[in-house]
Amino acid sequence: MEERAISSEHLKFLLSGKLLLRQEIPLDEILFQKLLQQQIIRKAGSIVQKGFSNQCLRCGNKKTSLFATIPCGTCSKTHLYCRNCIAMGRVMECEPLYEWHGESVSWPNHLEPCTWQGQLTLVQEQAANRIIKAIRKEEKELLVWAVCGAGKTEMLFPGITAALESGLRICIATPRADVVRELLPRLKKAFENVTVEALYGGSPTKAGTAQLILATTHQLLRFKQAFDVIIIDEVDAFPYHNDASLPFAANRAKKKRCTTIYLTATPRREHRKRIQQKKLEQVFVPIRFHGQPLPVPQKKICFSLKKDLKKFLPPKEFFTWIPNRKNPARQLLIFVPTIALAENMHSIMRRYLVGMNFLKNEKEMAFVHAEDPNREEKVLLFREKKIQVLLTTTILERGVTFPSVDVAIIDSGHKVFDEAALVQIAGRAGRSPNDPKGEVLFFHDGKSDAMEEAILSIKQMNRRGGFK
Amino acid sequence: MECLWCMEEIIVEISWINLFQVERQVALCSRCNEQLEKITGARCKHCSRQSTQDICPDCKWWKSQEKGDPLEKNFSIFHYNDFMQAIIAKWKYRGDYVLGEIFEQELFQACNEQFKFLMKEAVVVPIPLSKERSKERCFNQAAMLAGFIPMEKRNILSRIHGEKQSKKTRRERISATNPFFMSESLNKPVLLVDDIYTTGTTLRHAASLLKANGSHKVYALTLVRG
Repeated sequence: MEERAISSEHLKFLLSGKLLLRQEIPLDEILFQKLLQQQIIRKAGSIVQKGFSNQCLRCGNKKTSLFATIPCGTCSKTHLYCRNCIAMGRVMECEPLYEWHGESVSWPNHLEPCTWQGQLTLVQEQAANRIIKAIRKEEKELLVWAVCGAGKTEMLFPGITAALESGLRICIATPRADVVRELLPRLKKAFENVTVEALYGGSPTKAGTAQLILATTHQLLRFKQAFDVIIIDEVDAFPYHNDASLPFAANRAKKKRCTTIYLTATPRREHRKRIQQKKLEQVFVPIRFHGQPLPVPQKKICFSLKKDLKKFLPPKEFFTWIPNRKNPARQLLIFVPTIALAENMHSIMRRYLVGMNFLKNEKEMAFVHAEDPNREEKVLLFREKKIQVLLTTTILERGVTFPSVDVAIIDSGHKVFDEAALVQIAGRAGRSPNDPKGEVLFFHDGKSDAMEEAILSIKQMNRRGGFK
Repeated sequence: MECLWCMEEIIVEISWINLFQVERQVALCSRCNEQLEKITGARCKHCSRQSTQDICPDCKWWKSQEKGDPLEKNFSIFHYNDFMQAIIAKWKYRGDYVLGEIFEQELFQACNEQFKFLMKEAVVVPIPLSKERSKERCFNQAAMLAGFIPMEKRNILSRIHGEKQSKKTRRERISATNPFFMSESLNKPVLLVDDIYTTGTTLRHAASLLKANGSHKVYALTLVRG
C-alpha cells in the first residue's frame, strides 16, 4: 500500500501537464487500464478530420502531404499517421493521445531561490523589472528586444526568481539543442537549490517533471497546459520561425493564465508590426552589457566574387584585408553561405593563410556546419584559442560567444543571409569588455536589401542606445 | 509533389516523352536520389559484397561448414552509406512506413534481372518480426519490400522474440541459435526478402529451417549490403 502511494505521487509529476502516446507512459497495462477506467488518465484525439483536411492534434499539422497511410498490424486496417512529428514517436489515427485528469501538482514557493552573485547593469535591470511586472500581473505577452550581447540570460534571473517565489512553473524554450546545452550549467548555477531539467532530442532525462524546465521548442510537443510562464528564446530563429507546429505546441503548453516572454535581438516583421499597433508589449535593451556600441559592418565589393567562388577561392579583397586588420591578435570567424563552400574553401584558404604567414600551420584553421559530428569539439577548440580561424555556415550565427573575434562574411549578398542572420552574425564581434570593438566585413558582389537593412538596423539600435 | 525524404517540391520537367503520360510517381528528388549508392562493379557472386574475389572469404567459410551453406545466393542493391542508414532508421525504427516506397522500382527491377528464373515456381518469404516487435512497429519492413515483388508471397516463418540484431556484435550474431520456426512444409524454391544483409546469419537461419522443411533451394534478395 505504501509503495502504491509513493508511485501515484510520482505519477502526478510525470503525467500532469502532458499529452502523450501510450508508449511514452511507463506503466504496465493493468495499472494503465485501471487509471483509464477511473478517468484519472483520459483519451484525447490524435488525428481528426477538420473540414476537408485532417489535423494531427499533437503537432497541429494539416498538410495533406505530411500525412501517409500505414496498414496497421495491430488493428488490421489501413489508416493515417502523421509524418511531421514522427521524430517524437508516431501518432496514428487508431491510437489516442493521453492526458492526466488526476490531482494536479502544486509547485512549491521557493524562498530566495536565486544564487547568482553577479550584478545587472542599469539597462538590464530596467528590462528585468519589466519582466517581473509582466509575471506578477499575469500579462499575456511581453517581447524583450535586446541587442546581441546585451546579456539576455542574466536579465531573466529576477523574473524566474519572482516566478519561483510564487510557486509558478516555468519553461525556457529555445529552438536549438546547442543553446540548451550551453544554458543548462548557467541556469543550474544561478538556481542551485532548484531542480532544473533539460529536455532535448537525446537528453539524459526525458521525464519532464521539474518546476523549472529548459527545453528545445520541439519538446513542447509533449506538453499541454503545463506552464505558468513560458520564455521563448530567439523567437525569430529557425526552426521556430519556420515551423508552424512549434508555436502550435508552445501555445498548448501554456496554462489558461500564462505569461509568455519572447526574447530576440532581431524581431521579425510580424512582431514589429504588432508592436507598432500596440498589440504586443515590448521592452527594448539597446546597449550591450559592457556599455559599448555594436560594431557596424563594412561593405567590401569584390568584382570577381562569383568566378572566385566557383573555384572555391576567397576573394582577393579578403586577402588584402587580412594584414590590415586593426587588431591582429583577434581570432577570425568566417561565414560562408553553403556547406559545400565551407568544405571546399577550407583547404584552399588554409594553404593561403599559412603561405601568408598568418597561420603557423594548417591545424590552426577548421570548418563546421550543421551536420558536422565534431561541431561541439571544434567550437570548444576555437573558444580555447587552439584554433585561430573558424570557417562556418550560418549554424554559428547565434547563441555562441567568443570573446575577441573579427567577423567576415563571404558572399554576404547570398539569400541565406537575411537581415536577421546578418545582424546576428555581426553581433558575434566585440562581445568582451576587454575588446569591445571587433571588425565586421561583408564581402559581396552587389549589395542586397538584407545587407542594407541590417546595417541600417544596427546603426538605429546604436542611436537608440545613445551612441552617435 | 514533394520528395519523400527532404519534403522539397519535385519539379518534373515536361518534355515530349512525358507530356501525354499519366504522372509517374517519383519518390525522391534528384538531389536525394543521388545520395543513394548502388552496388556496382566486382562483387562476391555469393553475397553481393564488393570484392575482387569471385567468392569472398566469409562465404568460403560458410561453405566449409559441416552442412554447407544453406543459402544459394544473396543479391543486394545498395551500399549501407550514411544516407541509407538515416532512411532505414526513420523508416524502420521511427515507423515512417511510406518511406519504403522509395525502393519499389529498384526492388522490382532487381528481381527481374537477378531472379527471373525463379518467377514461375518459387515463393517469396519475407523475414518475419516477432509478435512483440510487430506490435511495437505496426509493420514489417521485409514484408513491405516483398510486396513490391511480382511473385507469390507466403508468410510461413515465425520468429521468437529476442534482442534486436542491430544491438548484437558480429560474434553474438553468428553464434546465435535459430530464432525461427514454421509449422507447415513447403517443397518449392524460396526467395527470402529482408532489408539488410550484415553477417548473413539471419538469412541462413531461415534458409536452413526452410530446407529442413522441404524446400531444396533458398535464395535471398536484400535491399542493402551492410
